[in-house]
Amino acid sequence: MQTVNDAEEQLKFDQRIIDEQKIEPTDWMPDDYRKNLIRQMSQHAHSEVIGMQPEGNWITRAPTLRRKAVLLSKVQDEGGHGLYLYSATESLGITRSKLIELLQTGVAKYASIFNYPTLTWADMGAIGWLVDGAAIVNQISLQRTSYGPYARAMIRICKEESFHQRQGYEIMTVLAKGSVEQKEMAQDAMNRNWWPSLMMFGPHDSDSAHSGKSMKWKIKRQSNDYLRQKFIDQTVPQIEALGLEMPDPELKWNEDRGHYDSGEINWEEFYQVINGSGPCNYQRLKHHKKAHKDGEWVRTAVRAYQEKQTAKNQTNVA
Amino acid sequence: MNDKQQNTIRFLIGLGDDSVVLSHRLSEWCSNAPYLEEDIALSNIALDYIGRARMFYQYAVELEGNKRTEDDIAYLRNERQYTNLLIHELPINDFAFTMVRQYFLDVFYCEYLKLLCDSSDEQISAIANKAVKESRYHLKRSQPWITQLAEGTSESKERIQLALDELENFVGEMFLMEDWELMLVDSGIAVDRKNLEANWNSEVQAFLNKSEMCFPDSQLQIRGGRNGIHTEHLGHMLSEMQYIQRSMPGLEW
Repeated sequence: MQTVNDAEEQLKFDQRIIDEQKIEPTDWMPDDYRKNLIRQMSQHAHSEVIGMQPEGNWITRAPTLRRKAVLLSKVQDEGGHGLYLYSATESLGITRSKLIELLQTGVAKYASIFNYPTLTWADMGAIGWLVDGAAIVNQISLQRTSYGPYARAMIRICKEESFHQRQGYEIMTVLAKGSVEQKEMAQDAMNRNWWPSLMMFGPHDSDSAHSGKSMKWKIKRQSNDYLRQKFIDQTVPQIEALGLEMPDPELKWNEDRGHYDSGEINWEEFYQVINGSGPCNYQRLKHHKKAHKDGEWVRTAVRAYQEKQTAKNQTNVA
Repeated sequence: MNDKQQNTIRFLIGLGDDSVVLSHRLSEWCSNAPYLEEDIALSNIALDYIGRARMFYQYAVELEGNKRTEDDIAYLRNERQYTNLLIHELPINDFAFTMVRQYFLDVFYCEYLKLLCDSSDEQISAIANKAVKESRYHLKRSQPWITQLAEGTSESKERIQLALDELENFVGEMFLMEDWELMLVDSGIAVDRKNLEANWNSEVQAFLNKSEMCFPDSQLQIRGGRNGIHTEHLGHMLSEMQYIQRSMPGLEW
């Protein structure tokens, strides 16, 4: 039930949103705003952490020492982003362990793109280029999000993501100019990752469950379809530069719109993967749970050690 | 090429192998560690060692006259041609094992690299200067981990003890010198690892005693890495690591 005080606070809050002021952790905010942020930010954090797996799949098989170092740094960055975003989410009054529990019980989601397998080395190129590319388009927009800690996290994360995208594209350029086998590998990885990358922007604006409120509160700044179009427009010339075939035969420049037209996404597949039936959903969560369970004895030992130290210090003081 | 040059190249490749093999093992923790912070930290240490491997290999390649690349050395030699000390190649096992190995190596490298900074070879000295700073930092991390786990729960203590029991078998080799390496010591290029053994033992023992851990005195000392006699684990690691270069040879990546 909303009290008189809440109603006043709500008005002030609404005005601050209109005035483009950042909302900070200690500020009053509507419960729904808080919940919405926790959902979106934790989903973002989980995506970074689960996203470590498909690329981690190639760390031990990277073809050169330089590639191995770059890939490991990149995956390490993703872990860092996850950590940073968990901390930013904790500023909303929820713990990281609770967020992890929600992930492991399937309540919280992560980006569906990570439920596809990385089958060849070229996937490291395609993911860096397309997946990180799509993520940047989304995240640049989020640099202006209304919640201060989230906006600041995005500014920092975008800097690293743009480096990730460049290294992915660089892998693709080497493969595309390489042997017949390498070029085929590049084409295949792009074809497989293209549609899932477009799906990263979420459902059409007309079907997006959370968009309305998120846009009103300026958590989200631009619509799914707008951002998806922006990604397509910037990526098609890059495909041409690589000399690869278009992954979608309907990709054509539309003079009237000033944008590329494209084919329709397979939304059945999108919802299937979102709802847990993608090729790697089970595997990704199983991996995460196993690592968490394998590490339980370490975390228990650390707590026990800290308790012993505290007890020792108290005895010394007494 | 004279003996000294040949031995120097062999020496550099041995050090590069130590680093490349350990970095590979550490990288296996990425997305599997007990804390997200540890995924990041262990990856960082792995990256330090990849960096070392590249510096040692690149210098070896230069001395050879650029007839091959750093990647030829890493990806096109088989298990009998790899010359790392065996402790680096052992599988990661559990977190206790990984941290005890790291602690053993951190103590070793802090001393070894410090002395190697005085190498008469400027390039080797420069690499050692960079690497010793990393190892000092690694040691600041591995030490408290051993303490926490040794003094945590009965389970963590037992895991540390199991790791100590197994790793002790590979400690002796760290201080074993070959004749060709001793020749490099004479010319001021290399460091006599044998001279580090007593200090290493007393430092590690004193540290473990503080946590009431027992340092086993193993009679079994497994050796042979510098001569290409490895554990069975290395072959599996190399087949994974070298898979692309072996299955699609001669390409740019």
